[in-house]
Amino acid sequence: MATHTQVSLPLPFLPEGWSAEKDFKAIGSLTAATQRSIEPVGPHFLAHARRARHKRTFSEDDRIQAQENVKKVEDDDAGEISEPEDPMMLSRDAKDWKSQDHYAVLGLSKHRFRATEEQIKRAHRKKVLRHHPDKKAAAGSTEDDSFFKCIQKATEILLDPVKRRQYDSVDEHADVEPPTKKQLKEGKFYKLWSNVFKAEGRFSRVQPVPKFGDENSAQEDVENFYNFFYNFDSWRSFEYQDEDVPDDNENRDQKRHMERKNNNARKKKKNEDVARLRKLVDDAMAGDERIKKFRQAASANKNKKRLEKEAAEKKAIEDAKAAKEAEAKAAKEAEEKAKAEKESGKKAKEAAKTAVKKNRRVLKGSVKDANYFVSGDAPASAIDSVLNDVELVQGKLDAEETAALAGKLNGLKIADEIKGVWSGEVKRLIGAGKIKDGEVKTLA
Amino acid sequence: MAAEGQTTGTAPGERHAIGISFGNSNSSIAYTTTEDKAEVIANEDGDRQIPSILSYVDGEEYNGQQAKQQLIRNSKNTVAYFRDFLGKDFKSIDPSHCHASAHPKEFESTVAFEIQDKEGDERSTVTVSEITTRNLKRLAQSATDFTGKQVNSAVITVPTDFSEKQKEALTKAANDAGLEVLQLIHEPIAALLAYDARPESKVSDKTVVVADLGGTRSDVAVIASRGGMYTILATAHDYEFAGVQMDKVLMDHFAKEFIKWNTTDPRENDRSLAKLKLEAEATKKALSIGTNANFSVESLAEGADFASTINRLRYETIARKIFDGFNRLIEGVVKKAGLDVLEIDEVILSGGTSHTPKIASNMRSIFAESTTILAPSTTPTAINPSELQARGAALQASLIQEYEKEDIEQSTHPAVTTVKHLSNAIGVLSITGDESRGVFTPIISAETAVPARRTIHINSPKDGGDVLVKIVEGGSHIKVTKPEPKPKTNGEKNDGEEDEDEDDSDDDPEDVREKVWKVGNVLAEAAVKGVKKGGKVEVMINVAGDLAVTVTCREVGGKGGVRGNLSAP
Ligand SMILES: Nc1ncnc2c1ncn2[C@@H]1O[C@H](COP(=O)(O)OP(=O)(O)OP(=O)(O)O)[C@@H](O)[C@H]1O
Repeated sequence: MATHTQVSLPLPFLPEGWSAEKDFKAIGSLTAATQRSIEPVGPHFLAHARRARHKRTFSEDDRIQAQENVKKVEDDDAGEISEPEDPMMLSRDAKDWKSQDHYAVLGLSKHRFRATEEQIKRAHRKKVLRHHPDKKAAAGSTEDDSFFKCIQKATEILLDPVKRRQYDSVDEHADVEPPTKKQLKEGKFYKLWSNVFKAEGRFSRVQPVPKFGDENSAQEDVENFYNFFYNFDSWRSFEYQDEDVPDDNENRDQKRHMERKNNNARKKKKNEDVARLRKLVDDAMAGDERIKKFRQAASANKNKKRLEKEAAEKKAIEDAKAAKEAEAKAAKEAEEKAKAEKESGKKAKEAAKTAVKKNRRVLKGSVKDANYFVSGDAPASAIDSVLNDVELVQGKLDAEETAALAGKLNGLKIADEIKGVWSGEVKRLIGAGKIKDGEVKTLA
Repeated sequence: MAAEGQTTGTAPGERHAIGISFGNSNSSIAYTTTEDKAEVIANEDGDRQIPSILSYVDGEEYNGQQAKQQLIRNSKNTVAYFRDFLGKDFKSIDPSHCHASAHPKEFESTVAFEIQDKEGDERSTVTVSEITTRNLKRLAQSATDFTGKQVNSAVITVPTDFSEKQKEALTKAANDAGLEVLQLIHEPIAALLAYDARPESKVSDKTVVVADLGGTRSDVAVIASRGGMYTILATAHDYEFAGVQMDKVLMDHFAKEFIKWNTTDPRENDRSLAKLKLEAEATKKALSIGTNANFSVESLAEGADFASTINRLRYETIARKIFDGFNRLIEGVVKKAGLDVLEIDEVILSGGTSHTPKIASNMRSIFAESTTILAPSTTPTAINPSELQARGAALQASLIQEYEKEDIEQSTHPAVTTVKHLSNAIGVLSITGDESRGVFTPIISAETAVPARRTIHINSPKDGGDVLVKIVEGGSHIKVTKPEPKPKTNGEKNDGEEDEDEDDSDDDPEDVREKVWKVGNVLAEAAVKGVKKGGKVEVMINVAGDLAVTVTCREVGGKGGVRGNLSAP
């Protein structure tokens, strides 16, 4: 085609990080196609045929093969065989059309309100082909055309949507009787009622109609079903059963009277029908095991909830109690622990104290062992000043340093060595700024 | 083709071909001018719609309108409504419409009429095949007289449900009339071709409904028209709602009026009935043009003349059931094709009954606003619906008359006409490559016959740049938005004095329906890089006969481009 379709909505940006070899990613393939016949008509077809033929010659076999899988567009007429015709029906008088089964006349008994318009038209044509009086006359028979008139009447009604509804409204053949007690005893509750409500559903303005379901239906669906039928919006009406209204102008009063009568009858029947359906739903519900089951389940559920609540309350109390106990226990333990800790701390302190004392004794002992750094008997003043200095140094040391110093001094007997240790310690303390230079003379 | 072995055919150079539409009610003939325009030929009576009727008076044969007039006085020797009997046995024909003319009867394995077609009192049995031959001869003669050349070949239209047997019988009858049948083509396709062949019409992909509303039957087809090739997706055939039923409505209307002033029912006398019918048809046609029409018959019954009038509104009211029937038929076949009315691009109203304005206005309200309704009352440029089929046939005749018979047969062979059609549309995503949010634009429509190729030009973002071309399959869906529900009237309806009318839904707010695309299968992704500001991207999809796909994308006016293949499924 020469001009291309123009599309104004823009293409998307290439997403971040998109990449493909030669910028193309093959992802899928086309969905399978339908085999159809193109019409061999028009200039574009001729171009197609030229390409498709390629100067080949096709045979009868090719034809059969080609046509094998083609999707058909024409329906097979032969497919729908109408049902056998009841001789009683064939001898009907068309004047009694009101009581005639229009579906049966057209051979659609099995379809009834379900018959599509196309089915009705086909059925009608089939009957015309068979029963047209001109055909019978041509064949030499002089049968009357009464049944043909029945066919025409049935078709007239069934192809008129308004008249068809009126007829369908009173088509008893499509009704399904509610199951009897006896039938229900034999089981099949769901199947029997399903059929009843499937038939009733035809009158619903709202389509589709919920299904009756079976013993496995979910509660929601069952409730839905009953709600639907308790609020049924029906198009059913009863004009079809009207008594004939005189069609002349002479009897006006009579005519009006008949019309009123018919109207009242219609209303009455409609009310009766509403009541009938209601009773039907009531009956079905009364026997519905599912409803009982759901009720039981609901009350069991309620009981269960109560028990659960009680258990929960009990548990809460127990839990609270246990929590309290645990709390007390924990407090007690903590207390004991603290006490123990305190005690062990005291001991350690005492031990440390003793250790310090012991170490101090080593310190003092060391200067004594060094004879207070004098030769001969030490004068009291020398002893005093050395011991003073020892105490001063001691005062600057913590327990560990004291222990370390004592460790170094322990076992030393030679005065110079002792003095060396002490002067080292004093130097360290001076370096650490704990004592001043010259403050400790005797040990420097 | 059905014509196999029936005729040796005329050499292409010797052919003078016409198009023939041969209906139960009317026939028409058309030829193409030297400018390849199709024109319908008027016969010697000046009629372009020539009633398919033959009548015999003292051995003299009348056809068309003259024969139709004979239905009043000479109905026994007048043959009408016979086309559908061709190629059928007596058991499977519907004789309804022949009630007021010669009755069909069983003859050997076929259908015949017993008429007095020669001078004298002798009656002869004339088969439907022979009647058809005689009718076609008359048509060919009219065409020959008009064109000045001996017409010897034709394309003839047939309904889509014509069986092989019917086609064979028609071909033989035509051959016997001295006509080589170049091809039998389907009536709705001929109508579509008549429209598509107009110089102003462009080849496009569209889905078309052709409603052929005739005298005794209504046939509707849904056709996928793709690149000028036509595929029928669904059809429906209806014998309950057609032109004669509309005549009947008017006959009953005026008969009742006649009874008011006179004592007899004109429908009970054959001759009165025939007059009533002819005038009802004339009145009906007049109502297609004017808003008022006369009905007047001399000596309708009991020697009493009758004259009356009717306006269009009244007519549309009394014929409403038939109009509604057409509506349901047409909506039904769209559904049968698996489509929604919103997916129909064009409605062609064809056949004589399609002149009726009400039918066209009903179509206008059934289909979307964007749908073209091709009918005289909705589209001033519409082609006369009665002429569409003959014109289409003439156009086809001019296309193929140069070909050897053998060539035509091979070209229309099922091995050529049976091809794969795409199940889904193939298209590209706009705005985003995210399948749930991207906007789908179709490039090739569903039901396109393969091989096929289509190209689109699509915008890039405002400032250009690198863009993603994501090719996906798309299916169309109808999105229904419910209006705010009206508070429901409680309990039972008060159906007091008035009858409860069935269409009380009229004042309900209607659902809003729109066609939307649903993205299906992802087929491929391609990158077109560095698109200029304001640049467009060309995407070409090429589907081969085996459904393998080639995708080509490039910036419009740019060089190179990206190309990739998808294998056949
Ligand atoms: N202007 C018109 N307005 C309304 N109806 C018309 C008009 N012209 C023709 N008709 C009707 O169209 C019908 C004939 O249609 P057409 O010419 O298409 O016949 P056909 O194809 O032979 O039909 P069939 O095969 O279904 O009998 C007749 O019922 C005729 O009255």
